[in-house]
Amino acid sequence: MRFKIYRYNPEKDQKPYMQEFVLDNVTDDMMLRDALLLIKAQDETLTFRHSCGEGVCGSDAVNINGTNGLACKTRCSELKQPIEVRPVPSMPVIRDLVVDMEQFYHHYRAVKPYLTVHDPVPEVEFRQSPEQRKKLDGLYECILCGCCTTSCPSFWWNPDKFRGPAALLQAYRFLADSRDQATAERLQELDGPYRMFRCHSIMNCVNVCPKGLNPTEAIHSIKKLMVKDLV
Amino acid sequence: MSIENLERRRFDTLVIGAGGGGLRSALQLAEADAHVAVVSKVFPTRSHTVAAQGGMNAALANVLPDNWHWHMYDTIKGSDYLGDQDAIEYMCRSASHLVYELEHQGVPFSRMDSGKIYQRPFGGQSQNFGGEQAARTCAAADRTGHAILHTLYQQNIRAKTHFFDEYFAVDLIKDKDGFILGALVLEIETGEPLLIEAKTTLLATGGAGQLFRTNTNAHINTGDGLAMALRAGIPLQDMEFFQFHPTGIAGKGMLITEGARGEGGYLVNKDGERFMERYAPHAKDLASRDVVSRAIATEVREGRGCGPNGDHVMLKLDHLGRDVLYQRLPGICDMSKAFMHIDPAEEEIPVFPTAHYTMGGIPTNRFGQVVVPVDQGEESIPGLYAVGECACVSVHGANRLGGNSLLDIVVFGRAAGNDIKKYLETNRHHRQIDDESLEQALAHLQRWDEGKDLGDGSESVSGLRAELQKTMEDYCSVFRTEDVLKEGLDKVLALEKRMNNVRITDYSKVFNTARIEALELENLVDLAVATVKSALERKESRGAHSRIDYPERDDVSWLKHSLYYKEDHRMDYKPVTLQPVSVESFPPKPRVY
Repeated sequence: MRFKIYRYNPEKDQKPYMQEFVLDNVTDDMMLRDALLLIKAQDETLTFRHSCGEGVCGSDAVNINGTNGLACKTRCSELKQPIEVRPVPSMPVIRDLVVDMEQFYHHYRAVKPYLTVHDPVPEVEFRQSPEQRKKLDGLYECILCGCCTTSCPSFWWNPDKFRGPAALLQAYRFLADSRDQATAERLQELDGPYRMFRCHSIMNCVNVCPKGLNPTEAIHSIKKLMVKDLV
Repeated sequence: MSIENLERRRFDTLVIGAGGGGLRSALQLAEADAHVAVVSKVFPTRSHTVAAQGGMNAALANVLPDNWHWHMYDTIKGSDYLGDQDAIEYMCRSASHLVYELEHQGVPFSRMDSGKIYQRPFGGQSQNFGGEQAARTCAAADRTGHAILHTLYQQNIRAKTHFFDEYFAVDLIKDKDGFILGALVLEIETGEPLLIEAKTTLLATGGAGQLFRTNTNAHINTGDGLAMALRAGIPLQDMEFFQFHPTGIAGKGMLITEGARGEGGYLVNKDGERFMERYAPHAKDLASRDVVSRAIATEVREGRGCGPNGDHVMLKLDHLGRDVLYQRLPGICDMSKAFMHIDPAEEEIPVFPTAHYTMGGIPTNRFGQVVVPVDQGEESIPGLYAVGECACVSVHGANRLGGNSLLDIVVFGRAAGNDIKKYLETNRHHRQIDDESLEQALAHLQRWDEGKDLGDGSESVSGLRAELQKTMEDYCSVFRTEDVLKEGLDKVLALEKRMNNVRITDYSKVFNTARIEALELENLVDLAVATVKSALERKESRGAHSRIDYPERDDVSWLKHSLYYKEDHRMDYKPVTLQPVSVESFPPKPRVY
């Protein structure tokens, strides 16, 4: 099986280049992460992040044949060869497939992604009905891999101002939580031309999310809450 | 790089590891206005707590009658009486309060119609001290670890904890009086070392599942904190007790939660027989993990395994119905489809016991203080704490119950945070850094620098790691014997020597993962020796340590904790704490499920 992998070591390389590798021991059920590990066993300078190997830690987001995805959840045998692996787009490359995610994390922190409760808390759990809890499904499962945000053209144009789909999904995760008491503050924080309203429903985020989440829908829900807040 | 021009930072507390244990401690301290630094070799939400599935035990009694004292009994029985009963009482008593606290912090627990937290049955749980099955495991679908880890990270964002993301901890720094003064760490992105001076240091680095070839663990679970403790002269406790989870995906290792059996799934052999009925007539598929793992291994050994090679059994879930499966266990449905093209609503899942959890670890007391034997008793190492899987309190003893690890990290993360606060009140100033200790740590790191890497290159990191993992799987697995363990010990000691031949081929400073993996392999090798040596010496069967040549538990000779020292591979032992804090002791009795 043939691979073309983006290489760049700032200490050695003037500019990035694509390097070819061939593996002849790729089995049918092998994931891209397994293949990258086999390549790394041949050439330990190949640099990429990875950890859990089962799609829950969110470390190994890469661009695979032009589409963002998790290396550990993408089957090699289902990909067109040569398999082109690049760092996720629009982020500063640190080395090879490793990018600087700070901008992404900054937007995440900026939406105050934590439950905010002003009233005294009960001695036991807050009561939350199964229906109320169901509103968090499709939101809380985000693994912060960055596949969505780094595939979003609006983010490419305004990475410093547009919060991006992952952060906005988390903003809605707390807006949708029956226990949260900071709705007004959250909506106010997202108002204005850039932070949320740069989303033009291109839906790249939905197409690439390895957890099957729908940030576009979450963003629409936030907009609806804003309208409701106005009238 | 010499110690004079080393960059230095100072904090009240250095937390190493950003899983649930480290983050819970950091939160406790940050909210108490302590100056806390959390060092993690991955971004915090990538820590392995994120992969915990089934849930967290607490006797909330939301589904069935329950109380903390029953939970305590089950945990002690589950530990095969090797757990320390003071720590177990403390953990089980705190459990409900801490679940409520997590819920208030935002954990999206699944709910019952009443609006209360959903709880599912898990292995080894009983009502009324060994009676009917209990339902004690608080769950957020089958993503409870993810929900808890993200919530704790989010709360730390709120509390403005200092994070050093993608920094690798190399070694503890200690002075001649035995105080721990912080650690030498490596910034992975730049390759620059950094000294973090701290009045207190908390190890929360997780387990060492990467010791074994097939494991449920993440790539990062290389037991770094345990090996750092060993190098600092601290013994490791009960390392022979390694949990093999009954239901790892056969041949691959991904975890299928015990919650799958809690929700009504069961195991079958090639004859379609529900074989757990023979091994545990009462609890069946919800017996303790060591019991179920041995049963599966026995079925396979006796020729009743499934598949062309007869090397696994099947987990049957299809009878539960698609709705229940996708509502209660969405994560494992997704995983089965992604990795095996199997829809659990239609097909059985091939499973086999898979290395999962390090019961042993850095010896601590129930305040999270690291303790070592002196004369007749033991004393704490000033300034050093450990919590979670890297620690051995010991609440899990010889076998951990499912649902008790998420509880462990939160309970003792908080307890250590509280004790550190007290320590900081009486130890207000940083002590002088010991240059000799720092030189040593720096030399350890520089072993992998160009010009100082003196290996002849006849071995590689990936080659040696694969061999180590295979050796551990072949010689120190579910069933053990003297001969096999002896051979295994020779092999891991040989691997220890062969580390000298390793040479890396990447000396770049920027994000050098080759160097990190070399440092991790050094850690794994030390822990492999600790594990096999401790297993060889313990001549009885207890919990997860199952000796074919010594099939019975021997409370007369072996109701004691093992302590392994790196120096001369020396063993020592210390008594089990059978006295709880406030209730009566549960004396050892035969363990039947």
